[in-house]
Amino acid sequence: MTQPATTIRKRKHPGRGRGKTRTHPKGRQIDPKVQQELRDLLGDKPRDRDLLIEYLHLIQDSQGYLPSAHLVALAEEMGIPMVEVFEVASFYAHFDIVRDDEARPPALTIRVCDSLTCEMMGARDLLKSLAEKYQGSVRVVPAPCMGRCDSAPVAEVGHNHVSAATVETVDAAITAEHTHPVLPAYRNFEAYCADGGYALLRACLKGTKDVEEVLSTLDDSALRGMGGAGFPTGRKWRFVRAGAKPRYLTVNGDEGEPGTFKDRHYLETDPHRFLEGMLVAAWAVEADRSYVYLRDEYPQIRELLQIELPKLVAAGLAPEGFIELRRGAGAYICGEESAMIESIEGKRGLPRHRPPYVAQVGLFDRPTLVNNVETLFWIRDILEKGPGWFGDHGRNGGKGMRSFSVSGRVARPGVKLAPAGITVRELIDEYCGGMADGHAFKAYLPGGASGGILPASKSDLPLEFGKLEAEGCFVGSHAVVILSDQDNMGDVARNLMRFFEDESCGQCTPCRVGTEKAVALMNNPKWDAGLLDELGRTMADASICGLGQAAANPLFSVLKHFPEEVT
Amino acid sequence: MSDNISFNLNGQEVEAQPDETIWQVSQRLGIEIPHLCYSPEPGYRPDGNCRACMVEIEGERVLAASCIRTPTDGMTVNTVSDRAKQSRKMVFEMLAADQPSREVSPDPESKFWQWADNVEVSDSRLPARPTIKADSSHMAMAVNLDACISCNLCVRACREVQVNDVIGMAFRGHDSKIVFDFDDPMGNSTCVACGECVQACPTGALMEATLVDEKRVGKTDPLREVDSVCPYCGVGCQLTYQIKENEIVAVQGRSGPANENRLCVKGRFGFDYVKHPHRLTKPMIRRDDAPKSADIEIDPSNPWTHFREATWEEAIDRAGGGLKMILDRDGPSAMAGFGSAKGSNEEAYLFQKLVRTGFGTNNVDHCTRLCHASSVAALMEGIGSGAVTAPFTACRDSEVIIVIGANPTENHPVAATFFKQATKRGAKLIVMDPRGQALRKHATHLLQFNPGSDVAMLNALLNVIITEDLYDRQYVESQTEGFEELKAHIVEFTPEAMSEICGIDPETLRTVARTYARAESAIIFWGMGISQHIHGTDNARCLIALSMITGQVGRPGTGLHPLRGQNNVQGASDAGLIPICYPDYQAVGSDDVRKRFEDAWETPLDPERGLTVVEIMDAVHNDEIKAMYIMGENPAMSDPDADHARAALAKLEHLVVQDLFLTETAFHADVVLPASAWPEKDGSVTNTNRQVQMGRQALDLPGDARADWQIIQDVARRIGLDWNYDHPRDVFNEMTTVMGSFDNITWERLERENAVTYPVDGPDVPGNEIVFGDGFPTPSGRAKLVPASIIPPAEVPDEEFPMVLTTGRQLEHWHTGAMTRRSRVLDGLEPEAIAQMSSRDLFRLGLKGGDMVRVETRRGAIELKARVDGAIPEGMIFVPFCYAEAPANVLTNPQLDPFGKIPEFKYCAARVSGAAAADAAD
Repeated sequence: MTQPATTIRKRKHPGRGRGKTRTHPKGRQIDPKVQQELRDLLGDKPRDRDLLIEYLHLIQDSQGYLPSAHLVALAEEMGIPMVEVFEVASFYAHFDIVRDDEARPPALTIRVCDSLTCEMMGARDLLKSLAEKYQGSVRVVPAPCMGRCDSAPVAEVGHNHVSAATVETVDAAITAEHTHPVLPAYRNFEAYCADGGYALLRACLKGTKDVEEVLSTLDDSALRGMGGAGFPTGRKWRFVRAGAKPRYLTVNGDEGEPGTFKDRHYLETDPHRFLEGMLVAAWAVEADRSYVYLRDEYPQIRELLQIELPKLVAAGLAPEGFIELRRGAGAYICGEESAMIESIEGKRGLPRHRPPYVAQVGLFDRPTLVNNVETLFWIRDILEKGPGWFGDHGRNGGKGMRSFSVSGRVARPGVKLAPAGITVRELIDEYCGGMADGHAFKAYLPGGASGGILPASKSDLPLEFGKLEAEGCFVGSHAVVILSDQDNMGDVARNLMRFFEDESCGQCTPCRVGTEKAVALMNNPKWDAGLLDELGRTMADASICGLGQAAANPLFSVLKHFPEEVT
Repeated sequence: MSDNISFNLNGQEVEAQPDETIWQVSQRLGIEIPHLCYSPEPGYRPDGNCRACMVEIEGERVLAASCIRTPTDGMTVNTVSDRAKQSRKMVFEMLAADQPSREVSPDPESKFWQWADNVEVSDSRLPARPTIKADSSHMAMAVNLDACISCNLCVRACREVQVNDVIGMAFRGHDSKIVFDFDDPMGNSTCVACGECVQACPTGALMEATLVDEKRVGKTDPLREVDSVCPYCGVGCQLTYQIKENEIVAVQGRSGPANENRLCVKGRFGFDYVKHPHRLTKPMIRRDDAPKSADIEIDPSNPWTHFREATWEEAIDRAGGGLKMILDRDGPSAMAGFGSAKGSNEEAYLFQKLVRTGFGTNNVDHCTRLCHASSVAALMEGIGSGAVTAPFTACRDSEVIIVIGANPTENHPVAATFFKQATKRGAKLIVMDPRGQALRKHATHLLQFNPGSDVAMLNALLNVIITEDLYDRQYVESQTEGFEELKAHIVEFTPEAMSEICGIDPETLRTVARTYARAESAIIFWGMGISQHIHGTDNARCLIALSMITGQVGRPGTGLHPLRGQNNVQGASDAGLIPICYPDYQAVGSDDVRKRFEDAWETPLDPERGLTVVEIMDAVHNDEIKAMYIMGENPAMSDPDADHARAALAKLEHLVVQDLFLTETAFHADVVLPASAWPEKDGSVTNTNRQVQMGRQALDLPGDARADWQIIQDVARRIGLDWNYDHPRDVFNEMTTVMGSFDNITWERLERENAVTYPVDGPDVPGNEIVFGDGFPTPSGRAKLVPASIIPPAEVPDEEFPMVLTTGRQLEHWHTGAMTRRSRVLDGLEPEAIAQMSSRDLFRLGLKGGDMVRVETRRGAIELKARVDGAIPEGMIFVPFCYAEAPANVLTNPQLDPFGKIPEFKYCAARVSGAAAADAAD
């Protein structure tokens, strides 16, 4: 063997030889310290891909934001591409990614709802005043509807929702360090059981209840999907039951349609009535597992469910792990059922193409029952009291009962359980104590942001599925916002279109580009009605999902009924 | 009864195949529907997001995207209704609003603008969004998201087609944005520059940097296109050169059987080496005042310190005359030739024919000796054929894929895309390699075993399969021989015992063995990690045994596939560029065979086996070989113990080198003949899949450079051979007369079909991709199982040299770097010599990434920059052998595998220390 050379002859690069090499492989590298920190944080939790959003919350809750080094480590830990983590984290409004040396957000964030009712009630001024007061020491950001339109304007201080917020009440919350959610006074498991609760479910689980009988009772009751689509519940259950196993049940608790707060109301008051309905549904469709997708704007309900759900397992009403509570992260689009399923799978909330329908190809590509919270809330009563208890109600051809979320210029806003088919005039007069003082009824939104706008002259239409379509409107989630002579219709339409622009998932051109161009055109003092109409038609015709298809409804309504205010 | 669907399309009753979309049916029937986010190219699923292809379906409330919607029986579809047309037009107007105007677009002839013409949109009435800052961080690709329409084709290109997982669609709504990793500049991201996104982009938002000007406006010069095949690795990607004035300005992937339009960074961005100023354009003769020495270094940009220009006549006379003189004086055994796996089949054939018929010796070899010689030895012995039993695309049908001792994401990047896609489909990928690697992210198991312990680990797998009775008894009985010996042999190789040696826990060994054996279909891919050991043949024997005892061969999704390195290493070997065989692996020692070739070539032939690459170098040192002809090989860089090889080259009495550049080998030449780059000539090549493919001339030769086949013929004539080939076609025709593997393959067929897989049963039927479904071309017709025992590496770490050095390639550089280090993009991406090491080792040495280190072995030392790499285990150093300024092969151990005669590039003892920072000029 030769001795190693003591001096090394310099040899030359055969080409240009001017570049400098990298000290590491390409791209971002894992920081071993952060990796260990993350492993400690995740503990022995499963590294399943669908839990990505849950783990992003975990990091954000522990760090106050999402440091990029943690996201690199999370990608490695979960065995997914870095970019996939970034895609998901950047999609949801409640995640704050802080890359490398970027400034961290302030420790406290105040979100001020700037959706329609809150804006009508002064959210803009509140936002401005709060921003001036805290000068960046507290982050003040506008946020979409928080489901508290009956006490607008609303501000969320940390996770504490301040109703009828003012600079003073918000500041008082900050001073008192009251930034946590407030658990509502609800009927708990024990109280619910004392009242005969879960007898129905026990009967189902014991086999003393016949599935077919349950389904026909639902058919007879005329119960329909209360998320907004109004699909007959019994039929939906049958479809899913017909699919191959395994099957899943997912609960849409992503109540995000501006003006809607009925699901929050039921969850905050009587959660077990909903949970029993859910477990009966799971029994009926023989679901392998149930997922409750709850919007992140309802942290108090998450706390409540975290207390109550283990009681179901303890009582033998649900197997361990049968109910998964999943946390949204600030995305209206995840109220769309297929987008919600994507989000439960830990992905960006992009609606899927139909066909196939989620009843056939849903969560993890399996047949999936998707029901809204309120829909399930009525199951126990209908099955115990008979179909007529629900279905015998109704006016003007409507059948059943509806939970209207009424807000805006009425004397007594709130959740109003009223007969299906009631008119807005009846609703205001009989259920809301008439108009608010000093306001004259001018127009109304029959179905939240997407259901279009009707003038007061159309106040005798039945507020029911299928009855408003001829007017270019729909009743949807039954979120009724009452507008008065003090409301500018151009402002109303702009507020709604801005909402859709912010909440568009961005997947398809007509919605992504259309909402943005529509806002730009609607910001002009005089609208180009022809161009906006053309744009809106394509949004309605060519968007993938209901968001884009309905986004132009308020625009069309204002052009049709209040052209003098915008042209 | 057919499963076809009948529906009404624009008033006509038409039929659709199941799963055929409305767009596809329309296209088939000649109805044009605009499309942007949909690409009909293979591998791209429809996504239906751009809404440019909307059609009206009777009875539906809204329009439907024809690219993603399949018709149902009785459906009535209208693609030309006013509603559909208006919608499509408005979609274009929405998108056009945010586009740079056409004349300043990065690609004024993009699919977007072509379809915009079609729907008569040239600008937009809608207000434009604010412009987005361009990203010019990558030297090969211009990112101009102003032109992006968020169609996510690039995301599918990156994530689903190439599965490089860099590009994503981040943020939401109108803030949606194409991002690289964490919205990092492309050039700082994990991007591997395959360019698939650029090829897929319908707007020019992602564009070849060469096709836009300094203001990022697309150049609109008309480009000439020539279809050919990539000259880099053994995958054999088909491509189209885009040429402006005799210069390749861009390359597009073409739908060849091995690549389906895909390319890697080398094939897409690595062609400018052909125009490098170092190109040799004149024949050169060594100056009389330029002595030879082992450590000579000549500036390739100024060869005139050691060479003088010569005419072709003089150069050929000097080259051939020198060879002839020594042949006449010392006889055939003083002669040797190295051909090249980089040239065409025809060139390889001519070269070996020259050595055999002109020099009268079998001393002809090429770099296959350095890559898969041991694999071929084991395969010839075991199954009677040195080629793959199935193409790598067979992994589509595999339930289990084993990749061992190969790093395909770097070395066979396009083949790796198929492996990664298979895992997305649900195939289990088992990666076995001492180094971690990119494929691990897609693997169900990563077995990071101790280097050199292959046989221990593989025997443990055999042990589990046999002792647990997981082998295919019927297959073993009917198709193999030697099973009982194997069974007896592996008894002691229990997972527990082998775990100690290979470092993999027994339970994992059991799981992997069971997974492989029980799979419906399983395939094994391997690379140089298997072959480049003194026990390389044994390693391959174990893999063959695994496959044979489980019957994982001869069916879809099964097989044995040594991933061949060079673009034409399969073809060059087939053509007989090896010392022990004539074309088609016909043994030189066989009298019958020799007689046949003597008849065909009309000359007596040497019955003795020739020497192999490393043996030839030793023979020079031993004064046996005096003259060499080296075509397109660079043993000064690629041979183990390179200083020893260089000394041999310097010692040669007469050395003729034929190459593109003044390579490290050419430093020692007497005559240097300027040769042709791949795009400058016609010729066929054979890839790792046994696909014979057509390469076509795209560029004129520079200066006086000549096509290699012509130079070989010129030299042949000078040494007295009467050759009269007019075109590579003539050579190919002659090859078909002596090579049964080329039955039913003609030059004309290759011209027509671009690729034909051999063996092929007829002139008009496709070739047989998967072979040995019914027996093997061995004397018994059975596969031979050969037990392997544990042989430690030739040089194991000790106190003096405590670490293990392993060498190999990296994505951006080809082999010894002669081409790629002269490519602007490739050199720019990997500009300096590096040693990859674990952070722990560097920390222990008080060093960090970027520091200069000295790597020493008993053969020599080099100095280069350290790079921290988490894939490298503690105690190991990986050095790519492409860097002339720090040649890894100065360090490597020339000990050979006894069967394949392949050196142990993958293992030797080494030590590392800090070195002084590079000098100012560096």
